[in-house]
Amino acid sequence: MTERRPRAPWDPHSLDAAERLRRQGDLEAAARVAIDRLEHAPGDAAAHDLYARVLADMGNLPGAESEWQEVLGQLPRHAGAHKGLGFIRFREGRLDDALDHLEIALASAPGDPAVVQAMRTVRAALQREASPPRDRVFEGLEGAGRGLLLVDARGGVLGGAVRDADGFDRSELVGGYAADLVHEARRTTAMLHLGSWEWVVVEGSEGSTYLAAPTDEAVLCILRDRGVPAARLTLLAEPALAAAREWLHEQTL
Amino acid sequence: MSAHVRRALEEITRIRGVRGAVLADRTEGIVVAESAMLGVRREAIAALGASLVRRCGVLLEGGGLGVPRHVLLQGREGTLVAVPVTDELLLLAVGDAAVNVGLVRAELQRVARELR
Repeated sequence: MTERRPRAPWDPHSLDAAERLRRQGDLEAAARVAIDRLEHAPGDAAAHDLYARVLADMGNLPGAESEWQEVLGQLPRHAGAHKGLGFIRFREGRLDDALDHLEIALASAPGDPAVVQAMRTVRAALQREASPPRDRVFEGLEGAGRGLLLVDARGGVLGGAVRDADGFDRSELVGGYAADLVHEARRTTAMLHLGSWEWVVVEGSEGSTYLAAPTDEAVLCILRDRGVPAARLTLLAEPALAAAREWLHEQTL
Repeated sequence: MSAHVRRALEEITRIRGVRGAVLADRTEGIVVAESAMLGVRREAIAALGASLVRRCGVLLEGGGLGVPRHVLLQGREGTLVAVPVTDELLLLAVGDAAVNVGLVRAELQRVARELR
């Protein structure tokens, strides 16, 4: 049941009631209690922290940040404020800064499951963001780092990367399957007297892939979601094949 | 069904540049029905086509791209087009390198719809 009559602002327990209101989604009522409390006790760090959480829930991140900074002015290692600022930095894409705040939060509140989970999320994002050197093969091309992959004839990843919709790296898995498919494609063209294998396009229910060989010892694999017509992959392939040949040539110099 | 399927495959084979069309068992890679020019290796088309499409499915799944709807294999002197009909059946057409693959694909898909 929603609490409609929170305690008086001079009662420190009013913040507990306000937190319940916040969790129930009654942000306006929670904000009113927090503001009342701050008018009565302007230096109350817990009230600033709560008001910041309410503002963050409302989408007012600058307002929330201001409140959390106020908290840190009084209590530099306040776990809630660092957790909140970690969230804001994460939303801003400042992942290192987010991790810094969360580490302080964890040190102040060891074992807090929300902080532990938040750190996992930020670290996973950092890992996805890290661009390994092999991505340079297709630098500047459409799909570089997520849908262009270069593997050797045995499926070993040489360059580029394939990532799924959640950003997870599927390069090794796709590379192995791509090399296997190319082996079968070569066998098929040979046995059906179709001449030497040139390329294969596979249109799937959720996207398409294109495979070709920039050299006898390498396989280019392009993957796109279903927003890109399969036939367009043959056009995308030309610059990717050229880049792959150039990169492979550089590696042998 | 077999006469109807054979007629449908013959229509595909009439497309300029198409050498043969085969309805294959996807799991076993054997010919269910066919219409092909003399000298075209129907059994090889069924066996190799089924194997190829199976591997295409594995690759698509690995990349999170769903299940195969259409496969186009291009050789220097010829083309193989494959369209899965059901989990059990697969339509295949083999043609020249410059065959109109858009038309072949459309016809295969039309036949596939009729067979489902």
